[in-house]
Amino acid sequence: MTINTMAKGGWHREQMSCFRKMEKVIVAMQDPDMGMKMRNQRLLITVIPHAMTGRDIIAWLIHTYSICEEEALHLSGLLVRYGYIYPLKEPRSLVLRPDESPYRFQTPYFWTSTRWPASELDYAIYLAKKNIRKQGELMEYEKTRYSLLHKRINHTWDFVVMQAREQLRASKQRRKADRIVFECQEQAYWLINRPPVCLLLLYSLLHFCTILFYIILYCTLLYYTILCNALPYYTTIETCFTVFKQALGRNRVKSSICLESFVKYSEQYQNHDPIMQGSLPSNPWISDDTAYWTMNSETVPIPTRLRVERWSFSFMELLNDDMGRREFMTYLEKEFSAENLCFWQACEDIKHGESSRIIEKVEMIYKNFLAPGAARWVNIDSKTMDKTLEGIRNPHRFIMDDAQMHIYFLMKKDSYPRYLKSDLYKNMLAKAIVPQETKKSVFPFVRRQRHANPSPAQAVAQATEEDGHAKGAGQAGTKSAAGSHV
Amino acid sequence: MACQGLQGGETVASLKRESESLRKKLEEERKKLSDIELNQVAEKIEVLGPLSIKTRRVLKGHGNKVLCMDWCKDKRRLVSSSQDGKVIVWDAFTLNKEHGVALPCTWVMACAYAPSGCAVACGGLDNKCSVFPLSLDKNENLSAKKKSVAMHTNYVSGCTFTSSDMQILTSSGDGTCALWDVESGQLLQSFHGHTADVLSLDLAPSETGNTFVSGGCDKKANIWDMRSGQNIQSFESHESDINCVKYYPSGDAFASASDDATCRFYDLRADREVAVYQKDSVIFGASTVDFSLSGRLLFAGYNDYTINVWDVLKGTRASILFGHENRVSRVRVSPDGTALCSASWDNTLRVSWAAYL
Repeated sequence: MTINTMAKGGWHREQMSCFRKMEKVIVAMQDPDMGMKMRNQRLLITVIPHAMTGRDIIAWLIHTYSICEEEALHLSGLLVRYGYIYPLKEPRSLVLRPDESPYRFQTPYFWTSTRWPASELDYAIYLAKKNIRKQGELMEYEKTRYSLLHKRINHTWDFVVMQAREQLRASKQRRKADRIVFECQEQAYWLINRPPVCLLLLYSLLHFCTILFYIILYCTLLYYTILCNALPYYTTIETCFTVFKQALGRNRVKSSICLESFVKYSEQYQNHDPIMQGSLPSNPWISDDTAYWTMNSETVPIPTRLRVERWSFSFMELLNDDMGRREFMTYLEKEFSAENLCFWQACEDIKHGESSRIIEKVEMIYKNFLAPGAARWVNIDSKTMDKTLEGIRNPHRFIMDDAQMHIYFLMKKDSYPRYLKSDLYKNMLAKAIVPQETKKSVFPFVRRQRHANPSPAQAVAQATEEDGHAKGAGQAGTKSAAGSHV
Repeated sequence: MACQGLQGGETVASLKRESESLRKKLEEERKKLSDIELNQVAEKIEVLGPLSIKTRRVLKGHGNKVLCMDWCKDKRRLVSSSQDGKVIVWDAFTLNKEHGVALPCTWVMACAYAPSGCAVACGGLDNKCSVFPLSLDKNENLSAKKKSVAMHTNYVSGCTFTSSDMQILTSSGDGTCALWDVESGQLLQSFHGHTADVLSLDLAPSETGNTFVSGGCDKKANIWDMRSGQNIQSFESHESDINCVKYYPSGDAFASASDDATCRFYDLRADREVAVYQKDSVIFGASTVDFSLSGRLLFAGYNDYTINVWDVLKGTRASILFGHENRVSRVRVSPDGTALCSASWDNTLRVSWAAYL
């Protein structure tokens, strides 16, 4: 749902689907076999049939939908708030009390969805009836609205009063019990659709939106009847065709393989997920201790074991971690193939860097990596090399894509697996620390002071000052928290 | 008015029929390779026990509905935007408000933190997306340094930086998404294909980093190639507007949240929907989704003020979180997975901790 759809009556559409779902619940509750137990409730002298207690409603919801009590309270609260169940004892208090308070189902005639929108005329008739029946029975807000309506629809006022009188007369001929029931239902309907003070902004907004809806509906219909243009339909269908044809030609993978990969992924990362496995030494949000962040920061001398393990999950994980990338670079330097990673990084810089410096960067890459006899010549297959050199004449952001991809997969298939078997990696893994879990504080009520740390913007500015030249898009790093605190 | 482009004998109706038959054919093709369902594969995994969730921070300060939020890569700062036009950068850990900008328009529906942590982007009813470099001088007016980057013909519903501070990707109510160069404000690529408002987008965390997913009011979720602007995959199985889309951490799948009160999980390689997260007691539409770090849990915020936590693999609901007093507009897990932030129309943001004890 969006702002636009709210104006165009889309809100109506969104609310309707919610109403339908709530109605499904209500219908299930009234099912003769599996539904709720009803009893007769005594209200002063009269006996109201088919009523139920708040407690029974909660129990039924818990049982039928296998939910907890809090959720059942929430769900039943929604049913009351939207007028599907109304309270008998305190009609103005639209909450569900999980005790012996009696509630009744609203008749479908008075469902919000059936009689949408609640018309002003009907409201006027209702208030007129109340006024005639017992002078002075109208509440303050009802009196104000009554006089407002009187001014607004003055031209039909005779009709309003006449209808009110007719309805009152007809109701006198009903049995007392039925009459009371109907009055309760009608009152509940209007309490929902014309709430006392705009507590439920929802409904005033509803009113506003319905007016807007009709205005805009009228305008749109006018627009379309005047233009009568089927072209929009055609272009939509045309795009559909292209998408469908493309989709039909696609190579798909068997579900068993794809779904298995999700299970594997979740298992692999389970230990690294603080929600699933917790975080050592402690979760900073619970313990107010930032040790977890400082231990995993950019510039820490010895990384944690989990972090080093993660480098072995995929090549992308290794490259995404700056420390991992540095380690890999050290390894490649030993193997005399560091130019591959440098080339890849330079290509990334072009792809994601400033547009104005693309040409200058492409030239630099050519000079350093691609030109014959270049200092750090990268080994790309001849076809890709030709294509790239051809493209360098008209450099654009993606010109290095093919070459970059080639080098990436070369590193991934060759250097990366060897790195994982190398001593460099194994040593790193061996000396990596496994933090001790912080013992829970003896006095759990004492809140530790929460230390501030310099923002990434500050870190970059400081580095700029120190180095004396612009850093551009640097990494966000957290400096040690010992330095500053608020 | 002539209906250009129609060949002799074709009518809109016959084209529609052909389109329907193509759609059916596509469904059949997809079914051929779907030899197993996700919850069957997940049978061998242990069932999750009860999840504990505690709210650890309540960020108060917005004067009106909070519409969007985004975490910073430093895992503790976040930016949030609200209906009254204010964008605030918080250190959620200490509850400090570090920066505040007042935009001239209301309904700032999209905000994003730059990967470097040095800027924020935001946009909304002004049809623009602007980038603000975060200045360290508290007295400096951030609005002075504002840089208007994106220009759409309708409201901006979502924005995100790509891997660097130099490019932003935006989605708009005009039915298109667009890639912009921040420095020059130039449009680098535009993505056409949605037939209604685009409400949300997300970048793929893949090796090649070239695709993104968008979801809109036409009930479709589309995958786009950023370089060519082509729509490479499309999924249409929701029954109502898609409010939010988010990639699975591995990049092979994504989840979507919709007004039809369901969240769905789509596999990109199998090219189909593989799971629907719904429950009869969940009646109101979902407006936002996010995965936990391992992708096992899916957090979804709903219009009935709750957050439901779904077990992605088994398809069941793991937990439900109450606490907000109005609809939840955005839910985001922090970059290291330690906390969950939820923004709501009740003017607050809540940072919660969750764990299996």
